[in-house]
Amino acid sequence: MRVVVDLTRCQGYGQCVFLAPDVFTMRDEALLYDLQPAAEHREHVLRAAAACPVQAIHLDRTALPMPPPGAQEPRSAASGGDGRIVIVGASLAGARAAEVLRREGFTGSLTMIGDERREPYDRPPLSKQVLTGQVPPEHTLLPRLREVDAELLFGTPATGLDVAGKRVLLADGREIGFDRVLLATGTRARPWPDAAEGALHGVYTLRDARDAAELRQALAAGPRRVLILGAGFTGSEIASVCRELDLPVTVVERGPAPLFNAMGGVIGDVAARLQRDHGVDLRCGTTVTALESDGNGRLRGARLSDGSTVEADVAVVALGSVRNVEWLRDSGLAAGVWGVTCDAGCRAVDLNGLVTDDVFVAGDIARFPHPLYEYQFMSLEHWGNAVAQAEIAAHNMVSDQAHRWPHLSVPVFWSSQFGVNIKSVGVPTFADQVVFTQGSPEQGRFVAVYGYQGRITAAVTFDQAMWLEFYQRQIERAAPFPPDFRHVGGGVDGEPVPARVPERLVAAAGATVVVTGHDPAERRASLVHPH
Amino acid sequence: MDILKQILDPAARADPYRFFGALRESPVALQDDGTYLVSTYREIVALLHDPRISSDRRNLDSAAPYEPDLHPSFIGLDPPEHDRLRRLAMRHFGPPHAPETVERLRPKMLALTTSLIDALAGRNRADLVEEVAYPLPVAVICALLGVPEEDEPRFHALADEVVETLGPGEEDRAERERAREAASMELSRYLAGLAEARGREPRDDMLSGLMTYRGPEGGMTQDEVVSTAVLLLIAGHETTINLIANGMLTFLRRPELLERLRAEPDLIIPAVEELLRYEPPVQFVSSRVALDDITIGGTTIPAGAPVVLAMAAGSRDPGHVAHPDEFDLDRPRNEHLGFGGGVHYCFGAPLARTEAQIVLNELIRRLDNPRLAADPPPYRPSAVLRGPRHLVVEYDGVAPA
Repeated sequence: MRVVVDLTRCQGYGQCVFLAPDVFTMRDEALLYDLQPAAEHREHVLRAAAACPVQAIHLDRTALPMPPPGAQEPRSAASGGDGRIVIVGASLAGARAAEVLRREGFTGSLTMIGDERREPYDRPPLSKQVLTGQVPPEHTLLPRLREVDAELLFGTPATGLDVAGKRVLLADGREIGFDRVLLATGTRARPWPDAAEGALHGVYTLRDARDAAELRQALAAGPRRVLILGAGFTGSEIASVCRELDLPVTVVERGPAPLFNAMGGVIGDVAARLQRDHGVDLRCGTTVTALESDGNGRLRGARLSDGSTVEADVAVVALGSVRNVEWLRDSGLAAGVWGVTCDAGCRAVDLNGLVTDDVFVAGDIARFPHPLYEYQFMSLEHWGNAVAQAEIAAHNMVSDQAHRWPHLSVPVFWSSQFGVNIKSVGVPTFADQVVFTQGSPEQGRFVAVYGYQGRITAAVTFDQAMWLEFYQRQIERAAPFPPDFRHVGGGVDGEPVPARVPERLVAAAGATVVVTGHDPAERRASLVHPH
Repeated sequence: MDILKQILDPAARADPYRFFGALRESPVALQDDGTYLVSTYREIVALLHDPRISSDRRNLDSAAPYEPDLHPSFIGLDPPEHDRLRRLAMRHFGPPHAPETVERLRPKMLALTTSLIDALAGRNRADLVEEVAYPLPVAVICALLGVPEEDEPRFHALADEVVETLGPGEEDRAERERAREAASMELSRYLAGLAEARGREPRDDMLSGLMTYRGPEGGMTQDEVVSTAVLLLIAGHETTINLIANGMLTFLRRPELLERLRAEPDLIIPAVEELLRYEPPVQFVSSRVALDDITIGGTTIPAGAPVVLAMAAGSRDPGHVAHPDEFDLDRPRNEHLGFGGGVHYCFGAPLARTEAQIVLNELIRRLDNPRLAADPPPYRPSAVLRGPRHLVVEYDGVAPA
């Protein structure tokens, strides 16, 4: 039986831990779980899934009690339709899109193309439960929420897209025709720029299940010291695992603080304290200039930009990701290092800026305009975005013009590190100020609200996930910043402080966009003009 | 007469649901007594997560002039105080420190259930409230807390008194609160004696744990232990009993449902969730206060106003669920308000779920041809904690355990 928890929805109620303590574990609000629990836990998992107050636990459909014959599952108003749909990319977004297509009544032929040989699996656990050894890397397959009845071409990467001829070209020479195609090829880990140094024994990256298996083995062998290059979410999570395994770890980060690129300097400083309190040797404002060999092809250590050296027998390069778009080079689509540009309905845009009709994009490679953020094009490498966008793309692929949905979800991101559940809603880097509204960094639990030019644009919580939903609504309504209401949890807020976010283009202020509606079918953006 | 009054009228107890449709037409409705009654799913969920809503009655505009002698328990406090006390209580009950507490009680729950149902054999008529639905949760909460079960007659009446004087509504509130205060005081005195004894000679129970634990955040004072114990004793007493009784009533009204549940014991899992949605033991959350003006559902709730969340109406909101007034075992993704939501989400939910699943399954499995002697049954007076006072059933026999 397979389990996946939508941690975007999870609020840390912990009901699953009570009812299936052998499968789910929690530290404060950080939830870790076994994705493929043994058969003996089936009943416990069923109880846990049923009890989740926000229904965030997804199981294989076959594990659930079968409804009696004649029970109809609700259908959307989508026409469904037939024809040939091809999905390129077989990870979270691709897998979810296939299920949604069938849910929406698509009856035609469906082909899924993936470069890995495995069935679609869940990646977030790779930097957490899998590295600690709690869950074997092969135990991360995503549950099958419904029968998709698709032709699966796994282990066969796509090498090209012929938009005019409506064909996907495969590495093995085959050509797969389509009426509509979904591009969801995701990202890969950014390699160390010096190929020879990157090839040293003991140097790792982490993106797929095989990477996780190799790195897990290296950590289990008890290295003298682990060196982590980059303190983004992946690097920070790996550092957390190292401390949990009681391994000495040095983290080298180019920016002023961990998580700086995602959350800015104020929360970055909190994250830095968290790392140091847990015994991480954290060096910010520093880069690795060279990885050094022991002369036998093994990593011995690294030289840093401040002239110092670090001795380490394991190094993890966690310098972000590269989008898998090379295969689209000759497609005529607006595809490049920034991703594949699309409209809010996930339809791909060509090099001329024209929207295509039958090429759709979802997940980490999609670069779409977000009304709440001045229609800036953004790509979000978040679990929740892959799911939400897959839903929108799949729905729009089988709907006519009048019934298409815009992708308007407010971004939500989460991470577990050093026993803390970190969540964010909105775009924290779209901010000029931050204020703590509930709790405080000193207590280790807080809500931080971000504002840009007098409106709320994001919120970040450390072990306070239940409040996030409120701030999401505040963001959607362009509520004023700083929040000026009386509330529980500390009474008077501190003063807003500069957000210290990475530099970006600052557009002029004008009309404000608000988002209304709850279900995808009714969500709309509208302009509010200042009086 | 406004809708709230009609719902509170004892005549409405057997079927309050017929009023909820009219109620939901104004999602946030000002009542004659100044209460804002919220009845639609999304608005309730929004307020459960809204930091401008307080659970501390001392924030009411019209707060009673007297200072209560009792330390409020965490159900009546706000973060950060609420969070600290709840964390300290959770340490002895659930994750992250004691995740297996409820699972470990399972064999005891089953053994108690078995002996209660064994006692129904040799006759053809029983009151399931008196003989099963009440004794089981009481025995379990007593064992968990470390309260001697033989003292049950002493605190049963007091717990009832505390519950019956709950709102909602502001009419004769001061009087009700005084009556509640008196009953709570007496319960407190009883539990304070126990807590002191457990502090001196700790055992393996929650009272001992609450009295003796000291950690980085400190521990609980004796007053805090007592108010927490009063809360858990009452809540463990007065809610699960209704979940079990409402459950049997619902099943016995639907023979085809009873058949399915008998054939597939796993189905009790979705059945209990659907019960929590369809016949929730806690119909209203009536202790909230607006700390600031809150505009929601087209209405502005002014700062200081009492807010009542009509959970039972929200769980049957057609804007949230399909065919809300049907009991449907096969609902996908059943999200309901049966245990509330947000930081005050029911502390004992896993206990209630587990008890209800075990008892209901055993009753279904062992009672031969059970049928209701009276429909509707007589109800307890409270509109907030709603359930049958008696549930008399007739049956042809009791199967062996």
